[in-house]
Amino acid sequence: MDPLPELLQTAQAAIAEAGDPAALDQVRVHYLGKKGTLTERLKELGRLPAEQRRDAGQAINEAKQTLETALAARKAQLEAATLDARLASEALDVTLPGRGQRPGGRHPLSRTLTRIEAFFVGIGFAVAEGPEVEDDFHNFEALNIPPHHPARAMHDTFYFDAHTLLRTHTSPVQIRVMERQEPPVRVIAPGRVYRCDSDLTHSPMFHQVEGLLVDEDVSFADLKGVLDDFLRRFFERDLGVRFRPSYFPFTEPSAEVDIQCVICGGGGCRVCKHSGWLEVLGCGMVHPAVFEKVGIDSERYTGYAFGMGVERLTMLRYGVNDLRLFFDNDLRFLRQFQ
Amino acid sequence: MKVSERWLREWVDPAISTAELVAQLTMAGLEVGGIEPAAPPFEKVVVGRVIDLVPHPDADRLRVATVDVGGVEPLQIVCGAPNVAVRMCAPTALIGAVLPGGFAIKPSRLRGVESRGMLCSARELGLAESADGLLPLPVDSRPGQSVRELLALDDTIIEIELTPNRGDCLGMESIAREVAALNRCEFRPLPADSVPPVVDAVFPVTLLDPADCPRYVGRVIRGVDPAAATPPWMRERLRRAGMRSLGPLVDVTNYVMLELGQPMHAFDLSRLTGGIEVRRARPGDRLELLNGVVVEPDAATLLITDHHGPLALAGIMGGEISSCTNATRDVFLESAFFAPASIAGRARRHGLQTDSSHRFERGVDPQLQRRAAERATRLLLDIAGGQPGPLVEAVSPQHLPAEPAIRLRPERLRKLLGMGIPAAEVEEILRRLGMAVAVEVDHWLVAPPSSRFDIALEVDLIEEIARIHGYDRLPGNRPLTRMEMPPQPEGRVALERFKETLTQRGFQEAITYSFVDPVFQRCLDPERQSLALANPISADLAVMRTSLWPGLLKALVYNQKRQQTRIRLFEHGLNFIPGADGLRQEPYLAGVATGSALPEQWGAPARSVDFFDLKADVEALLTLTGEPEAFAFVVATHPALHPGQSARIERTGAAIGWLGVLHPRVARELDVEGDAFLFEVRLEGVRTARAPVFRELSKFPVSRRDISILVDKAATARELQACIRRHGGERLREVRLFDLYQGKGVADSQKSLTFGLILQDFSHNLTDSVVEETVSGIIAGLARQFGATLRV
Repeated sequence: MDPLPELLQTAQAAIAEAGDPAALDQVRVHYLGKKGTLTERLKELGRLPAEQRRDAGQAINEAKQTLETALAARKAQLEAATLDARLASEALDVTLPGRGQRPGGRHPLSRTLTRIEAFFVGIGFAVAEGPEVEDDFHNFEALNIPPHHPARAMHDTFYFDAHTLLRTHTSPVQIRVMERQEPPVRVIAPGRVYRCDSDLTHSPMFHQVEGLLVDEDVSFADLKGVLDDFLRRFFERDLGVRFRPSYFPFTEPSAEVDIQCVICGGGGCRVCKHSGWLEVLGCGMVHPAVFEKVGIDSERYTGYAFGMGVERLTMLRYGVNDLRLFFDNDLRFLRQFQ
Repeated sequence: MKVSERWLREWVDPAISTAELVAQLTMAGLEVGGIEPAAPPFEKVVVGRVIDLVPHPDADRLRVATVDVGGVEPLQIVCGAPNVAVRMCAPTALIGAVLPGGFAIKPSRLRGVESRGMLCSARELGLAESADGLLPLPVDSRPGQSVRELLALDDTIIEIELTPNRGDCLGMESIAREVAALNRCEFRPLPADSVPPVVDAVFPVTLLDPADCPRYVGRVIRGVDPAAATPPWMRERLRRAGMRSLGPLVDVTNYVMLELGQPMHAFDLSRLTGGIEVRRARPGDRLELLNGVVVEPDAATLLITDHHGPLALAGIMGGEISSCTNATRDVFLESAFFAPASIAGRARRHGLQTDSSHRFERGVDPQLQRRAAERATRLLLDIAGGQPGPLVEAVSPQHLPAEPAIRLRPERLRKLLGMGIPAAEVEEILRRLGMAVAVEVDHWLVAPPSSRFDIALEVDLIEEIARIHGYDRLPGNRPLTRMEMPPQPEGRVALERFKETLTQRGFQEAITYSFVDPVFQRCLDPERQSLALANPISADLAVMRTSLWPGLLKALVYNQKRQQTRIRLFEHGLNFIPGADGLRQEPYLAGVATGSALPEQWGAPARSVDFFDLKADVEALLTLTGEPEAFAFVVATHPALHPGQSARIERTGAAIGWLGVLHPRVARELDVEGDAFLFEVRLEGVRTARAPVFRELSKFPVSRRDISILVDKAATARELQACIRRHGGERLREVRLFDLYQGKGVADSQKSLTFGLILQDFSHNLTDSVVEETVSGIIAGLARQFGATLRV
């Protein structure tokens, strides 16, 4: 019979050698099983003289504990190795693209309209709508554009009959809103408008956003303030904005608004015709004749109105260089605006 | 309006550069569209006088000129121009000159004869598009003088894009007044000039329609020299304004129009009979215009006539017969005021747009006519001689525009602009603009000059003050306001949510024209009449859409023709549906899908999009209403859709849209490749929403039983599910249809459907026996209603 230290040494070597959980279990059974070597030794303790029994028993138990610890450690080691091996075999190419539908996107004009609405809704404007097939009264008469007014010639109107037409601007929505609502009025009216003109820089259908604010103490300074803010927010740039006297039959005073060219920064380029400025808006104080048509007292109330071209703003914002792209709906173009 | 800067500076000459002047005009509302030099650069071109002329020995068309250019020695120059003549002065390019286009003048020999320079036409100097000979210079010009200097060619042409209210600025004088006001500097108007008559010849004028023509000034000038030529300075000014020189009689009327803004006309007096009558056209009136077109004017058209008949379309264009020619000796000058409303639109009706109609439509100073007639007389006498008769004026004072006196309140000015402007500045601005200003207790009383017929109201004056003060010097405010929260109704689905849902499901938003191809329209919505445009831009954009499908399919075809095979598009917009009670303009939402169900990818099998893919997209939209169960897809046919693969979408029984596959016949007609799946819903039909209402959660576990049944093919899933729910009662929480089978093992007339039945109770655990009892009840119900049998 081997002395205990040698036995322990042999057993530890066997544990270290065991290459898989089954072999390890065999080692355990060999030493610690019911008939295992160490178990047998414990059984034989009774034969020893009583004075040796206590020491011998303690030695065997210590050896047994040492082996149990070694077995557990080896077992954990083997399990970890097995898991590592499995995980290694399960490795994925995580660079492969994800599965399923890919999102589409919004039309660039729709994206711009959404942004414009958000700016104005944020400061208390409501969104108003109006018909696209309009009558002569709302599109022209009520806006102080009587028959044969030279401004009509500039509108290239699509007609259905003598009194029915496709609206040439979103301004008729001003009239419709004021007809049904007492001041204060604070609305914007985004939408499609139509002019009988089609070439490189004109589309027979395009989009405008109209704005109207009527209250008891509205001034041209308020109009300047709001448009100045809007243009800087829209382009997310601290750009130069200038107001230039102009003429619209339905506003007085009237202005056109230019921004510093966003392409060249004001130095002059093809887009701004070397002027450094780009015209982006028309605006003014609501004309007393317009108030009169809708029964609003122009002594008590004043108001401002503005109108902007959505295509132009979108082209300048995203660098689109051809108006026609907006209505071709070419997927290669649309996908650039996810 | 094209403005010569040098000409302008004869009236008003502020100490600012051209660039500053241009910026100033733009910022004052006279927007400058562009500037260009009056002549291209060239040097070493001087006045040459032809002192001798002999034929070229070897060329029929060439002549050899001896030209005095102010130097010691005259130059020998070979010339081919037909109008070259002895004593003539013409621009002469010296050796070393470089003409426009890079043409360098060198000593040369032409057919053996030495030539030391070139006599030039207007075209060769870049002053005209074409020319039929040398540019004649005044015979008293000094040989050797620079032609640039003589013709004042170092000048800039400023093109001003005038707004329709500023018809007054279609004359140099008004522009000069603007510039003077902007620079607070002096302005030299043309001197008032009245030419005394030397003969007593008159031609009578009668106003038969004084409302349309309240003032007509005429003058006879006898014995003008038909051989007279327009002086170069006047030709140059006309040219810089974009007008051709047509002989002194016409040129003078055009020149005065440019100066003062008053369109005029010169008749050949020998062609006139009796007297002038200004009247509306009558039936049978006919007139051959200067441009050769014969018009039969309608009763709305104002005419200048004599006792024989029409002479001119008033304020638009003269007639051929009475026009001046190079034989005209006796002239009748017309300087009239026509009311804008009597001219507006008439020129367009005859397809005409003239300098005259352009001005009269916008308005002409009603007090200007005598002054313009005197000015034209003076110029004409200077150029072509002649004996003027007295001015004849027919006027109807009560029909002339009123001259308003406008009240301007400082308080109103401050309120509208958001800032006050000192009284002294207000008054100075108004006076510099030619207005008479009277100071009253708490306001001003302002009388604008007759040329500023655009000013009638207090706000008009306020704009003038703001404009001259400078818009950029007015403040900008962020106004204080009453805060009010806008409503955010949960009972309405925001349009944005529908759009977001579709884009998340792979759709790209499109925007197509609201007018569509009538062919597409007829194919896709044959049962509805569409609204046709009276003046469409083209035949394929001629009718208003009644459906979004024509536009979307056109976009689809466009993309298919550009190698796109997988296309998913949606659009939101109005449809225009004529009906018995008028036109309905209603917003719709529609989509189209074709190609593979998913983008091409490694991880999912390739499969074409089908009806149920698109249906899921539609169902996702309907779910946004919070009550998808209120919607039904009802078997129905649509003329543009596959008869077996189309459904009408209903909400609580009311039709709100369609879903289906494009009919193959229509697809072929419209050139659509492959199956196209379409949907369209009326937006109002899906916008009302039900806000969520909480329901108690059950604490008890669910039981699930699956049943497979065999039924007749014609039985619809919807009917079967309704039957199951009816018989399942309260405990049946959910029905999941998870298998559909037709084929081997199932009779041809039948199909097999497998449902998962999820049962649960709120008050206790479901016992097996209760579950079995419920399921049996369902099976029995299906058997009774559909003859369904359990599939084993």
